[in-house]
Amino acid sequence: MDGEELTEQETALYDRQIRVWGANAQRRLTKSHILVSGIKGTVTEFCKNIVLAGVGSVTLMDDRLVTEEALNANFLIPPDESAYRGKTVAEICCDSLKDFNPMVFVSVEKGDLSTRDTEFFETFDVVVIGYGSRSTKKAVNEKCRKLSKRVAFYTVDCRDSCGEIFVDLQDYKYTKKNLEETVECELNFPSFQEAISVPWKLTPRRTVKLYFAMRVIEAFEESEGRKPGACSLLDLATVLEIKKKLCEANSVSESHVPDSLLERLVTGNTEFPPACAIVGGILAQEVIKAVSGKGDPLKNFFYFDAQDGKGVMEDISNSLTS
Amino acid sequence: MDTQQQQSAIKGAKVLMVGAGGIGCELLKTLALSGFEDIHIIDMDTIEVSNLNRQFLFRRSHVGQSKAKVARDAVLRFRPHINIRSYHANVKNPEFDVDFFKQFDVVLNGLDNLDARRHVNRLCLAADVPLVESGTTGFLGQVTVHVKGKTECYECQTKPAPKTYPVCTITSTPTKFVHCIVWAKDLLFAKLFGDKNQENDLNVRSHNAASSSKEKEDVFERAEDEDIEQYGRKIYDHVFGSNIENALANEETWKNRRRPRPIYSKEVLPESLTQQNGSAQNCSVTGGDSVISAMPSLGLKNPQELWGLTQNSLVFIEALKLFFAKRKKEIGHLTFDKDDQLAVEFVTAAANIRAESFGIPLHSLFEAKGIAGNIVHAVATTNAIIAGLIVIEAIKVLKKDANKYRMTYCLEHPSRKMLLMPVEPFEPNPSCYVCSKTPLVLEINTQKSKLRDLVDRIVTAKLGMNLPLIMHGASLLYEVGDDLDDIMVANYNANLEKYLAELPSPIVNGSSLTVEDLQQELSCKINVKHREEFDEEKEPEGMVLSGWTQPPATNGESASTSNNENAVDVTESSSGSEIATKKRRLSETQPENHKKETQNVESDDDDFMEIENPMLVSKKKKRVE
Repeated sequence: MDGEELTEQETALYDRQIRVWGANAQRRLTKSHILVSGIKGTVTEFCKNIVLAGVGSVTLMDDRLVTEEALNANFLIPPDESAYRGKTVAEICCDSLKDFNPMVFVSVEKGDLSTRDTEFFETFDVVVIGYGSRSTKKAVNEKCRKLSKRVAFYTVDCRDSCGEIFVDLQDYKYTKKNLEETVECELNFPSFQEAISVPWKLTPRRTVKLYFAMRVIEAFEESEGRKPGACSLLDLATVLEIKKKLCEANSVSESHVPDSLLERLVTGNTEFPPACAIVGGILAQEVIKAVSGKGDPLKNFFYFDAQDGKGVMEDISNSLTS
Repeated sequence: MDTQQQQSAIKGAKVLMVGAGGIGCELLKTLALSGFEDIHIIDMDTIEVSNLNRQFLFRRSHVGQSKAKVARDAVLRFRPHINIRSYHANVKNPEFDVDFFKQFDVVLNGLDNLDARRHVNRLCLAADVPLVESGTTGFLGQVTVHVKGKTECYECQTKPAPKTYPVCTITSTPTKFVHCIVWAKDLLFAKLFGDKNQENDLNVRSHNAASSSKEKEDVFERAEDEDIEQYGRKIYDHVFGSNIENALANEETWKNRRRPRPIYSKEVLPESLTQQNGSAQNCSVTGGDSVISAMPSLGLKNPQELWGLTQNSLVFIEALKLFFAKRKKEIGHLTFDKDDQLAVEFVTAAANIRAESFGIPLHSLFEAKGIAGNIVHAVATTNAIIAGLIVIEAIKVLKKDANKYRMTYCLEHPSRKMLLMPVEPFEPNPSCYVCSKTPLVLEINTQKSKLRDLVDRIVTAKLGMNLPLIMHGASLLYEVGDDLDDIMVANYNANLEKYLAELPSPIVNGSSLTVEDLQQELSCKINVKHREEFDEEKEPEGMVLSGWTQPPATNGESASTSNNENAVDVTESSSGSEIATKKRRLSETQPENHKKETQNVESDDDDFMEIENPMLVSKKKKRVE
């Protein structure tokens, strides 16, 4: 492809993974620029994975100050108050990540992701929003879609022992191996807004309950003006009311979204590290696929629930885009 | 999820991790984050550069240090108040006995080889400690739970030994590149740089092999003052030229085969190589270590590039020269190591020249290294996912939540929408010789096989015993241990060289042997059946162990692949080493219906490969073929 060869140092370091995805994919990876916001457990895992894989650069956004809570499920922050006092989560994670792979450029971008203009996103190949509000997800996704170049867009959330990934690769061409021959494929992705607007009756049969439950929680947080994840058992009554309304609006029975699942999502504010490792691993794998243009990508939602142990892919696109 | 009961189960648990490599690093991190406070970790390996792309607890400055220790120190930095104990040791060492295992609530494996996995399985069974087993290769992985009496043990399904090739395919009639690699590595490299006294099939077998063998041996001896290049050319002409020519004389061999072409150095290389050996440019710098390599002085940089016959021949001579010029002291006791750059170069060149001779496509150094070193494809993401799944199963085991145990496959392509596919564990196999003590049957020629053959090929290789003891009736025939006196050792050594039928207590048709491993607390019965002849191609070991049967299917499902798109990836096995088994689930809640394929490849890298899923087979086969 672009002619430049991997250095001897890169070949030695990446030997085992080049054996998985090939030298071309590795070259594309080393030229990719990734923007990541909301650095909690799952995103921490994701960052570790892509830094190890050897992307070109990772830009971190998270202005929260490091607190006891931020330490949970985050192995990038040493629990030494004197070391992290006054620093933001992004700053301290940046220091740790640099150490993982000196060949990757890791930096911090301050400020609020949702207020950035469209041009800002043009410098990236991949944008990942961790634990964002519905409005932020929509807004950033729309900006990415306005750009002439394709920016791969992902969101990820983990609550209790459940996780959700959303993927928008717009019009995406890639190659995959079928027996001995390599075939070209093309997929069309809906935007976040389009995907979550699909009437519930039209979603595929046996769509996982988590998909609907996450939409209920999203609606609750938006209507109550809550930050993502800022809810407790006290909010359950309100959440159940919103669920009722949504089920009515979608003409489905209320059993579509089990109360017990909503209760888990409302109360499970502590991240479950094994689920973070799993969801962060899947997300990194998808980003590596998208950057290298190799292999079937996930379209367009992924769910993991430690309670049944299933990792499920759901394709929720309306008829216009699919 | 974060219930009180769960947290106290985690906090109070004492956990043993075996392996601090690809899975191990991720596992130790996730255990610590999840609240585990008492973790012991065993690993005999030290850190290498090629580990750093995924074993994220290690840095370049740690290369050469103990994995277990560095992993411990790294995790204590973000969880300083937990107890982690590291052991830089082999899990098969006698100090890790049944009593050692008994102190743990659960054992978690992140191992890279079948041998150690079987050993740990037996100790867990003997100590009655639950085991969570795992493995990854590329994007594929699996986690299984083994609880004595409740689920199958690790050995309830056959785990085929690493692939072996018939001797004559390697020495005389290679048809695939891997045959050339095995020849270059196990025969030529071993002959030139390894123990000279080892038996070696390097010379082509001819009908009157015995007469000329003495003469041929001398070719490999280098005279004190012999010029290294001349010596190299002599070896070259012998193994690629006259040996092939000799082989061609056996017309019978080539009736239905493509005839190889003898290659002599003078046809490929100039009269004298201008190359000065011993110059500084033979050292390349990788990560601060000075590596002796033949490539830089020949202007070869890219390990993924395909070299032609001339380049391979130049590398062959140059690498051989460098061994004698720079690493003379090691000659005579070298064994092939995939991390030894010069050895990889030599083996690549030799395999390629042989491949050229036999009309087999050549391969790059990168590819040849992968084949020669049985290198496992490995990425960080799969290891992280698998480690997360291990912790989830470990927590269920600690809560004794037996109904919720699952074995989980991590897939590259979704099957019924699933990328992570949980399946209910199987019941123990009632005919498993490890956990159910079922007798085995050994067919062997009792007049022509020595006790040593039985020990090497069956007791060690097939049964995976570490400190075996063999009894025939009341008579003790053989035993390993450090508490034996000299007379016993002499006695056992004498027995090893005897034919079975001539032992003090003769083993003949109908004999029943007891074979035990005291460390593993495993005992099994072997019923002996005398047999005269064995097929050299199909039964190269000259003996057949059986009696271990696949468990019957409970639900009559056929062993066909499911209707998922991945089925097209499944290729036929040429070796017959894959076994189709049928599922014996504890119940039938999972409608999944796959042919279960098991195949193992041992590697000395840190992630293992073993796959029990039809979708996964083709990916691996590429490496094995």
